[in-house]
Amino acid sequence: MAAAQSAFGTAVKGFREESAARIVRIDVLLLVAAIGLMACSIYTLGTATEDDIAGSPYYYVLRQSIYGGVGIALMLFTARFDYSRLRELKLGLYGVTLASIGLVFLLGAAARGSRRWIELPFFRFQPSELGKLLLILALSAFVIDRIRRLHDRETTSRVMLLALIPAIMVVAQPDLGSGLVYLAIVITILFVAGTPWTHFAALGGIAAAAVAVVLVAAPAVGVTVLKDYQVDRLTAFINPSDNPQEEGYQLEQSITAIGAGQKTGRGAEEATQTRLDFLPEHHTDFVFAVVGEEFGFAGAAIVLSLFALLIWRALRIMTMSKNLYGSLLAGGICAMLMFQVFVNVGMTIGIMPITGVPLPLMSYGGSSVLVTFLAVGLLQSIHVQARETAAAKGREMII
Amino acid sequence: MYLDSDRRPPITPQLAFRVAVIGGLALIMFAIIFFRLWYLQILSGDKYLADANNNRVREIKVEAPRGEILDRDGRVLVDNRVGLAVKVRPDEIPPPGPRRNALYERLAKTLRMKPDNVRKSVESQFKAQPFVSATVKQDVQFPAVSYLAEHARDFPGVEPEAVFLREYPHHEIGAHLFGTVGEVTKEQLNDARYRGVALGDRVGQSGVEYSYDRFLRGENGKQRVQVNALGVKTRDLRETESRQGRNLRLGIDLDVQEAGQAALGTSRGAFVVMNAQTGEVVALGSSPSFDPNIFAKVIRPRDYKRLSAEENGKPLFDRAIQGGYPTGSTFKLITSVAALEGGLITPDTPLFDGGSLTVGGVTFNNAGGVAHGSLALRSALTVSSDVFFYRLGLAAENRGNGLLIQDWAHRLGLGRLTGIDLPAEGQGLVPSPAWRNALYKKKLTDRPWSVGDNINLAVGQGDLSVTPLQLAVAYAAVANGGYVVRPHLGQRIEDADGRVLQEFETPSRRKVDIDPAYRQAIMDGLYGAANLPGGTSTEVFSGFKIPVAGKTGTAEKGLGRADQSWYAAITYPDDPQYVVVATDEAGGFGAERAAPMVRQIIAALYDAKDDGPSTVSRVPD
Repeated sequence: MAAAQSAFGTAVKGFREESAARIVRIDVLLLVAAIGLMACSIYTLGTATEDDIAGSPYYYVLRQSIYGGVGIALMLFTARFDYSRLRELKLGLYGVTLASIGLVFLLGAAARGSRRWIELPFFRFQPSELGKLLLILALSAFVIDRIRRLHDRETTSRVMLLALIPAIMVVAQPDLGSGLVYLAIVITILFVAGTPWTHFAALGGIAAAAVAVVLVAAPAVGVTVLKDYQVDRLTAFINPSDNPQEEGYQLEQSITAIGAGQKTGRGAEEATQTRLDFLPEHHTDFVFAVVGEEFGFAGAAIVLSLFALLIWRALRIMTMSKNLYGSLLAGGICAMLMFQVFVNVGMTIGIMPITGVPLPLMSYGGSSVLVTFLAVGLLQSIHVQARETAAAKGREMII
Repeated sequence: MYLDSDRRPPITPQLAFRVAVIGGLALIMFAIIFFRLWYLQILSGDKYLADANNNRVREIKVEAPRGEILDRDGRVLVDNRVGLAVKVRPDEIPPPGPRRNALYERLAKTLRMKPDNVRKSVESQFKAQPFVSATVKQDVQFPAVSYLAEHARDFPGVEPEAVFLREYPHHEIGAHLFGTVGEVTKEQLNDARYRGVALGDRVGQSGVEYSYDRFLRGENGKQRVQVNALGVKTRDLRETESRQGRNLRLGIDLDVQEAGQAALGTSRGAFVVMNAQTGEVVALGSSPSFDPNIFAKVIRPRDYKRLSAEENGKPLFDRAIQGGYPTGSTFKLITSVAALEGGLITPDTPLFDGGSLTVGGVTFNNAGGVAHGSLALRSALTVSSDVFFYRLGLAAENRGNGLLIQDWAHRLGLGRLTGIDLPAEGQGLVPSPAWRNALYKKKLTDRPWSVGDNINLAVGQGDLSVTPLQLAVAYAAVANGGYVVRPHLGQRIEDADGRVLQEFETPSRRKVDIDPAYRQAIMDGLYGAANLPGGTSTEVFSGFKIPVAGKTGTAEKGLGRADQSWYAAITYPDDPQYVVVATDEAGGFGAERAAPMVRQIIAALYDAKDDGPSTVSRVPD
């Protein structure tokens, strides 16, 4: 009905109708998953961070709510745009990625020390977070430019190189987690585009060799690629009680918190691991352990189900996109979400190393929340475009 | 559309396959997470819940006061007072280095100690017990504690703790009996008698505090508090109250104990008052004594040195149970029993005392040089004829294996532990050929055993070493008809309201068969010594209302040292009640010093008004 009207309406009226129609064409389940996770985040932070800042029990809740509100607005705004236009901006996007990450280095050097963020009036902007999304947009575009030469090794190595440059830069910040997310993104984009399996096998071999060099060979000859604490973090999870230092301690406390939650959780008041600060970073990296302690297996299952819903919708959007660019974008975003969820949750339950990856939409933090909502907005945009194209086709057929 | 690479049919089989691969990965990923969560939260939840509670709950020991120690009439001999100790926590003290040293300096200044002593003491405690707070100083005055509290920021890890300290209201009286209380040692923790004691608990380390620790020790309580990750208390949880230890009632009579201590005065010596039938100890003291209150807190090395110094008379040394001495003529009781039971003499066999006896070229003289002429056992004991007993010593040496006197001494409890309920008792020594010859073989003495040794033994001189308590046990055995009692201080265990919880029964250790006629002859001799004309202590006990039989003793120390004065008495010899033994290491003749002491003690024992002997008696024995 709306579509039929737009075909005959005036330009202004047409635009309004059109945009109303686009809102209607968004993926409702995806929206539910994203907003649901945000709600879980705000509720969890509300119970967990009451005592963290003396005198302002709502410090984190208030800020997270603002980030969430702004994020949802951004998502809805993004959903109305045709993402396909961004393909032409690939060089600009890639340039912004490198520049913003590079800026952190300059500011960090000025402040004599490492940092991962740029201080803005309202919040700390973390370029490596936004970089995840910008990289997805830019890399997908580069891949599409060379889609006919996908079987060339040169294509794969070029794309990998484009991803590795910012990845190495963020690892040096040091933000190992984001660097790994970049790698997951580029691999997935290449995979979805159709890069031959043999290339992945070769990449796997190179990766294994690189890990061996970084963790074993380089330190043996006195070159430190990763800082000591990063190595500790990566290896602590293998046997936390062997490692009574900070990393092992965090891990043990996190596992204890989750285990103590049992079936239905200890409730906010009785969650002593969280409330008495035994659980470190409980508003950011270890927020899932808070869910596990306060709400138990049931609570953790709800949060995980929402993530599963999010990822399922992303996969579905990948298949229904009107063009390959959309599929690659959806693939990249899907990889970003999946990787972060698995690495973060895996870290809190002791099956993955501690890498400082936030849990999307759950961990406190403006950059992560806004970027994730932008990413969901992009997914929505792909969904809207796909539905619109299908509708247009339908119209053509009707006409 | 066909030419545009970006325009394509909705989905190619390859894309579908690769999406499926990613979907499969997601599925595996969620499955792993779910199984892991299931394992952590459902299967192992109880364990982690316990871990979480362990994390947040700290148990603080609430020390239980020890039970009181009472005398036989319920008078308090040892009780508790609350003192403030300053401790440092190992988890909050600054790490070793300048900051920690600065803390030691500040502490030393506040507590008026030497910084070096603070450091040494704390560091050694941390080394021994790394997780237990170390005591810097016990019994700190309140102003110093409040200063520390007001300047808590300058004293990280320092905290005052209320501790129960032992208090001895009667100071020097009975000091040797009670013993000390101190932190349990690592070795003791492995000992079954300290079951239930935790590191850092204080237990009895000597005296009756040690022997009856099981009863005196209370049960520590626990204050459970919730702490956060920084170890800061966030709220109080349940408290388990401590239970004070049980009271111990001793057979000691404070009045008699005081009388004994007063009788000894500043002399070096000891006294024993014991029930002759049961072995219950009514008074047991050593002089010089000390004030045990200085042991209530950690004793200063300087004080310890002073109390152990020979020139001060080693006040810590308990002469009553650890001091081994030759006993002089008081030993004639044992020689008498041996000679009668060994068939050397009958009660009426006369032996000639010509004032001296020469054996193998060596002449043994009577004390004082008098000659008593021909006399039998009763008179020999009464006048304390040395020659009479020299002859018995000589005869014993030549009879059988030559160990007649030694064997009887052993049967009557000499040269072996009495089994009193005090640790660190001395065993003493009854010299024998085997003992001396072994020493000689090792070149630790100049000559082997000779008959002279046995002759000396018969009159309690020479190498003989007997504690005052052992002598009391031997006299009690003869007095009560052969029962070798086990001396004991502990009477019963009571709760705080005086209700009896446990009564100790201390049966005799063994029965020695002594012919009643022989026993009577010996008792007659002892009675004569204190009552008949010519008796060595008749003068001392003239005008005394309590019937007493007793024997003087004068042990020669040689080399110009003053003689040791002994007296062993039996009250109401017809139906013996108490044995009283007193000795003064440098008191001279038995009648001169020890016998008057015994008279003074017996007067207190029977609440008799007595002005003591009219003159100083110098009768030799």
